[in-house]
This record gives sequence, structure tokens and C-alpha cells, in this order.
Amino acid sequence: MAALILAEVPALPLNTAGRYVAAAYIVLFVIVVIYVAIIGLRLSRLERDLGEMLELPERPPQHAETEQPAHTESTPA
Amino acid sequence: MTPQYGRGLRTLSILTVAMLALALVLVFFYAPLEAEQGFLQKIFYVHVPLAIIALSGFVIGGLLAIQHLRTRDSRWDMRSYVVIHMSLIFAVGTLITGSIWAKGSWGHWWVWNEPTLVSFLIIFLLYATYQPLRFAIEDPERQSRYASVFAITAGAFVPMNFIAVRLSSAYLHPRVLGSTSNLPGSMALTFLVSLIALALLFATLCKLELTAKHTRAQVRALRRRLAGDDELPARRGRSAVPVISATGGPAAGGAG
Amino acid sequence: MRRTVGALLRKELLVELRTLESVPGMSLFAVTTFVVFHFALNRSSVEGDLAAGILWVTLLFAAVLGANRLFVADADQGGFDGFLLAPVDRTAMLISKVLTMLAYLVVLELVAVPAFALLLLGAPLGRALPDLIATLALCDVGIAVIGTLVAALAVQTRARDLLGPLLALPLLLPVVIGGARASSPLFVSGHLGSTQGRWLLSLALYDLVFGLIAYALFDFLLED
Repeated sequence: MAALILAEVPALPLNTAGRYVAAAYIVLFVIVVIYVAIIGLRLSRLERDLGEMLELPERPPQHAETEQPAHTESTPA
Repeated sequence: MTPQYGRGLRTLSILTVAMLALALVLVFFYAPLEAEQGFLQKIFYVHVPLAIIALSGFVIGGLLAIQHLRTRDSRWDMRSYVVIHMSLIFAVGTLITGSIWAKGSWGHWWVWNEPTLVSFLIIFLLYATYQPLRFAIEDPERQSRYASVFAITAGAFVPMNFIAVRLSSAYLHPRVLGSTSNLPGSMALTFLVSLIALALLFATLCKLELTAKHTRAQVRALRRRLAGDDELPARRGRSAVPVISATGGPAAGGAG
Repeated sequence: MRRTVGALLRKELLVELRTLESVPGMSLFAVTTFVVFHFALNRSSVEGDLAAGILWVTLLFAAVLGANRLFVADADQGGFDGFLLAPVDRTAMLISKVLTMLAYLVVLELVAVPAFALLLLGAPLGRALPDLIATLALCDVGIAVIGTLVAALAVQTRARDLLGPLLALPLLLPVVIGGARASSPLFVSGHLGSTQGRWLLSLALYDLVFGLIAYALFDFLLED
């Protein structure tokens, strides 16, 4: 399978122009990967925030005693 | 009705990946070697689509800003911000790939007689001020308004700039990096596929960004509702990012 | 509308005449810059492209410095609020400010161009004057429009002194291109070239497009 692909690949002039072409395409790749990383960071921060919020109603909030019972309805199951 | 920015994201990403793969295959296995520049010419298939998409993105950002000023709905400002932000990144990509191409062709990392590169440098310098401008205005409503004025002015500037730079260098030197006219069929097809693939990539990344921002706003609103207003952690200073409410509507709290 | 613009314009020019805070500074800056160029380039006389470049860079930077001051008084001393309370068309402020900026630029050039001819220019200016004036006029309109728009944007921000030039310079590049290319054949001694109409045409197009855009967008900057 790999041999079939390798047979089709054109001779890559990796010592001359090939380096520049590779660099240009790598730039595109890096842009996309950096974006994925940024979104990933945001996702983990969101996960942490949501985790904190899940824990919130378990701690007795200071003003909870005077709150209406309806306040607890917003607690996710 | 809360808008779902993430709907359709999976389909879009799959389509993007497929097109990108197809484009790469075409570039390296199908498109013929160009006579003058040889293998180096393959950069054309990534540099020029990046350029076209970045420029279109800037103009689209201006159009979205017009919508924002017309409707005063901050969702348009959010979209304008994301599109301009992404176009700026694509513009940087254009400059870098163009510079690599110049180095490969001429041995210089920068050439002044390639009008596209020069125009891009100017446009990059202009749009690089977009975020500092937003950052320097604290009031969110005014920030959005002023940013839209800037986006519209700069969007009109893009074609004007191209004309001016083209005019100023046309009679000095011939185009260095080749033009897109007179392409043989196989190259034209490869170019078209690359263009579509990168346009899809642009759309996917923008959608990703919009979804992420909206989700964060929703989480913040949820926390505020659960914990009471006094538990909201202090916003970390000023923000250059437009504010949208959890319902995705105008931040002023009116019905979306 | 015309009366509003007239009244506003009179106010602007009166204030400038009394405080003299923009125009003398701009003019002095231009002349000093010519001296700087003399030492930086180590030349006593310049011609052609180099001359056009020096003149236009100097004019551009002086103009941008002056544009910075356009709205500062209004922003700091409540001039905006006063204007917004009056039952007049808001675009009148744009037009009056653009005309004010034009006036500043004309005075600037009345000082800077002869100074340039005296200090640095190697070629006689006489026969080239009509073409040069046409070029300057077209460029001035462009600089005035963009300078006013950018000043209105920048005055409400925190780093207004930095952001103004930062925004204005890229936007004004087509003006620099048009102005420099149009005037460089005028600065050649001996064989007097003439301005290519192409540049004047593109300058006029630029003025038209951005004049319309500024006209359409200015109202949005004034709201509160």
C-alpha cells in the first residue's frame, strides 16, 4: 500500500525549491493548529467554569436561607 | 429564541477537511510543473487563495459592520469582529507565504515590486490597529459603534489601496510572482479547489470562534444566575471583544 | 445647513486665531523637518523622486499632527454636548471640521512649500507651479477628510495621540502615492516634466469615495 503511494509521488526536490514550498504549506498548517489549541484552551476553561458552577448550590450561599425555593429549580440535575 | 452558533459546525468541518485533502492531492499529484518556476510555483496554490480570502474577509467585515450600524444589533458587531480578526490572520499568512515565495524566487525575503505583497503590508498595518482601537474605548456600546465605523472605512480602503499600489508600480517592473490569468485547465482546477478549501477553512474557523465566544457568554450568564450577582468575579480589566448577552441578542438586554 | 457650517467654521477659525495652537506648530514642524532631512540625507539639494518624497512625508506628518488637535477641545470641554443639543444637522460639524483642516493645510503649504524650495529643492519651481497647486489641492482634500474622520475616532479613545497617526497613515498612503508620483516630474531641473493625469484622477477618486464615506458615517460617531 505504501509502496503504491510512493510510486506515485513525484520526485520532490527537497534540497532546493521543495524546502520553500514545504515551509509555505507548513505555515498554513501551523495557523490551523494554533487555532485548534486556542479553542482547546477556551474549552478547558469553560469546563472548569461549569464544574465550579455545578458545585455551587452544594455550598450554602450566605443569602440562600432567605431565597425562595424556586431558586433551586435552576440547579442542573 | 437563542441562536445556536454551533449548529452545522460538524458538517462544515467535515466538508473543510475533505476539500483540503482534495486540494493537497491535486496540488502535489495532479497539477503540472510550471515551466518557469518549477516546483516553487506550488506555493501559488496556498498564497493566492489566502490573499483572496483575506481581502474578501476584510470587505465582508465592513459589510457586517454596516448591518450593525443599521440594526444596532450587537450580534452583527460580533460577526464583524470575528471575520476581521480571522482575515488579519489570513493576511499574515499571505505575507509570510509571499515572503517565502519571494525568497525562493529572487533570494530576497521582501520585494517592493510585487504589488500584492505591498498592498497587503499596508492593509495589515491598517487592520492591526483595529484591536488597539477597540481596546482603547471602554464603553462597550461606543466601542462597537466606533469599531464599525472603522471597519467600514477600512473595508472601502481595501480596493482603493490595491488600485493605488498597482498604479504606482505597474510601469516599473514586471510582475515577479506570476499572475492568475492564462492558467492551463489543470492548474485552474487545482487553484479553484484550493480556493474553495481555504474559504471553507475560513468559514469553519470563524464559526468555531463565534460558537466559543457565545458559549462563554452563556456560561457567564448562567453563573450569574446561579450564584447571584455579587459572586460574579471581576471582569479582567478592559476587553477588546464585543459583548453579547447569553441569549445572543443585543447586550442592552432587549428581546433578541 | 450652510449657515450652521458657516457659524461653526467661523468659530473654529476664531479659536485658532486666538489660541494659535495648531497652525504655527504644524508649519514650524515642517520647516524643522526639512532641516532634519538635510542632515539625515547629507544633501544640500534634492530633485525628482527624492524631492517629492521629502516634501510629501513632511506634509503628511505635519498634517497628521495637526489633525490630532481637531477634536480635542470639543471632547475635553463639552463642545460635543453643546453641539448635540442644538437643532442642527450633525453633518455640519463634519463639514466645518473638514474645511477647518483644509484651511490649516493651505496655510501649512504656504509656509512649507516656499521653505522647501528655499532650503532643499534643487530645481526652479516657477513653471511647475500650476501643476503643483492642483496636486496639493487634491491631496489636501483627501488628507482633510481622512484626518477629520480619524481624529473623531481617536479623540474618544485613551491613547488618542498615538492612535490617530496610527490609523491615519495607512489610510493616507494612496494620497502619498498620488501626490509624490504626480509631483516628482515637477521637481526636475532642466527638462520640465508634467504631471501625469492618471495620478490626479486617482486622487480625485480617492477624495470622492472617502468624502462620501465620511459623510455617511460621521453621524454615528457623534451619538452619545
